[in-house]
Amino acid sequence: MEAFTTFESVAVPIDIANCDTDQIIPARFLRYSMDDGGYDRYLFHDLRFDGDGNPREDFVYNRAPFRDGRILVADVNWGCGSSRENAVYALVANGIRAVIAPSFGDIHYGNCMKHGVLPVRLPRETCDAMRAALHANPGARVAIDLRAQTVTGPDGATHAFEIDPFDKHRMLEGLDDIALTLEYDADFEAFERRHREAYDWL
Amino acid sequence: MPGKTLFEKIWERHVVVEREDGQTLLYVDRHLAHDGSFNAFRRLRAQGRPVRRPQQTFATPDHYVPTDTGDIADVRDPKAREIIEAIDANAADFGVHLFPWGDRRQGIAHVVGPEQGITLPGLTMVCGDSHTSTHGALGCIAFGIGASEVAHVLATQALWQRRPKTMRVTVDGALGFGVTAKDVILAIIRSIGTAGGTGHAIEYTGDAIRGLSMEGRLTLCNMTIEAGSRVGMVAPDDTTYAYIEGRPFAPAGAKWERALDFWRTLPSDADASFDTEVRLDGAAIAPMVTWGNSPQDAVAIGDAVPDPDAEPDADRRRAMREALEYMGLAPGTPMREVAVDKVFIGACTNARIEDLRAAAAVARGRRARVRALVVPGSGLVKEQAEREGLDKVFLDAGFEWRLPGCSMCVAMNGDLVGPGERSASTSNRNFRGRQGPGSRTHLVSPAMAAAAAVTGHFTDVRELMEGD
Repeated sequence: MEAFTTFESVAVPIDIANCDTDQIIPARFLRYSMDDGGYDRYLFHDLRFDGDGNPREDFVYNRAPFRDGRILVADVNWGCGSSRENAVYALVANGIRAVIAPSFGDIHYGNCMKHGVLPVRLPRETCDAMRAALHANPGARVAIDLRAQTVTGPDGATHAFEIDPFDKHRMLEGLDDIALTLEYDADFEAFERRHREAYDWL
Repeated sequence: MPGKTLFEKIWERHVVVEREDGQTLLYVDRHLAHDGSFNAFRRLRAQGRPVRRPQQTFATPDHYVPTDTGDIADVRDPKAREIIEAIDANAADFGVHLFPWGDRRQGIAHVVGPEQGITLPGLTMVCGDSHTSTHGALGCIAFGIGASEVAHVLATQALWQRRPKTMRVTVDGALGFGVTAKDVILAIIRSIGTAGGTGHAIEYTGDAIRGLSMEGRLTLCNMTIEAGSRVGMVAPDDTTYAYIEGRPFAPAGAKWERALDFWRTLPSDADASFDTEVRLDGAAIAPMVTWGNSPQDAVAIGDAVPDPDAEPDADRRRAMREALEYMGLAPGTPMREVAVDKVFIGACTNARIEDLRAAAAVARGRRARVRALVVPGSGLVKEQAEREGLDKVFLDAGFEWRLPGCSMCVAMNGDLVGPGERSASTSNRNFRGRQGPGSRTHLVSPAMAAAAAVTGHFTDVRELMEGD
């Protein structure tokens, strides 16, 4: 997994409340893998392209300079719905490294961090103001410092954010979860012995 | 010492390690895999890792399987074919349990788990699917995870989690005639919102919940994720035990007695406290139908499409306008005047025997005016329905009787709602494009779906039931 320390980029305002993972990547693309190629087009596919596959000019991500944005600033409950991790693959395929939103679907929030995409929770008013500023100044940049747990918005104002210390550690180091868990093998084996005795009916 | 909740009692028994920062390595008793879990198996292969406890993983294909043919040669899309076939190879190579395509036990993972007695009270269960919340109906902690977490569970039989907050949703009173678990959960989601349960594990309680059958509780817990919560639970009781007894993977004999003794200790203590409390009056709930692109966008069947102009919150007003435009609905239109093009009865929400009975009772002696699919949740549900003659009832009424799978809920197997078409669907998500690009989905109960099929528009099913 790619580690996340600091990142700065053009930011893209996504004004969709409750943007579910079906919008981030429609189900019919879940059968493909990133090795099949063309994965970048699946992100927001049905919002971005019309029935003939032509880009919709009114969708923000299709317009320069937003098209080069690698940080999304979204609305409440980003990534609710389906557990499909492909939603994160579609972000990664477009080089997106962070999503800033007032709230996230719980499963998607966890999925993001498995691929070095940082989910950042900021207050709703902050996100609303940031999206408005990005619309007013297309191409404006946002900077994130994970170690300091801060986001610097397009207006230069800095906002602190909360993140679970263990999640932060794994993101900063780009750690593989499985290898880390296997370090607790002795605890696991001891637990399982006790558990199997207590649940001997299972 | 204060009492404990059902959730806390189970959680505490599954903590392998709790770090000082609160992160917990949680033991996973049972894991369900489906055809869509191929990414996780692929990752395991790439890393050369075995499955740590293969006997604790149970696989069955559901998302990609066609429902109009049992022949793999009929699956035209090579990727879909590859995925359906991969589950057999993955199960064989890694040694996990498999209910293969064509086996009578195959079906939607969330129907198969309880049906096989894999889902039991007091367990921790996971699956790479958000509707894993379903299994909490039996009094276990069950939640959906992503593909990386599936790989993690396969490799370690455990998962890093932070303990969620707890929420108790109490539904008092008795449900009215013709009101089902589907209507209850839609009313709950409308009440707390689609993010209302985020970060929480929900326990459902109250007389209306206690009175639900096991099938009803499974429907209720299934849609918990549509309220933002990964975990929805109902405390085990005699309804639960009667449902479980004798199922293939459930304990038997002396083990059954020991399990029962344990399960009876699980319900939340009287003095247990929850972080959030929600209360609804069950008697006030009517058959529901959704109008928008979020499961929270629900109204009683007697109501009209809401008017965004009456909504005080500006963001919400805009979202409502966009949803109504997508759905092709005008504010103020009575829901009963909205015509449908297709009807889908199935999905992990509503494809169990009781759901099919409820739909068949409405279809019996009537005629479908639009195309209507009935997709049983498993081969065993299908057999049971056929023993009861429900297949004949549906076929005589002009409904299609299909093979088990997720089908038109997620439209990955070729069962689609076309662009601009409107469906009455017993599934759990009315998101844009969920049932196919441009599809317009309205969520309803099985009886309400059958009522829409035989009248061609949304109908208060109670009017059809009173005639019986």
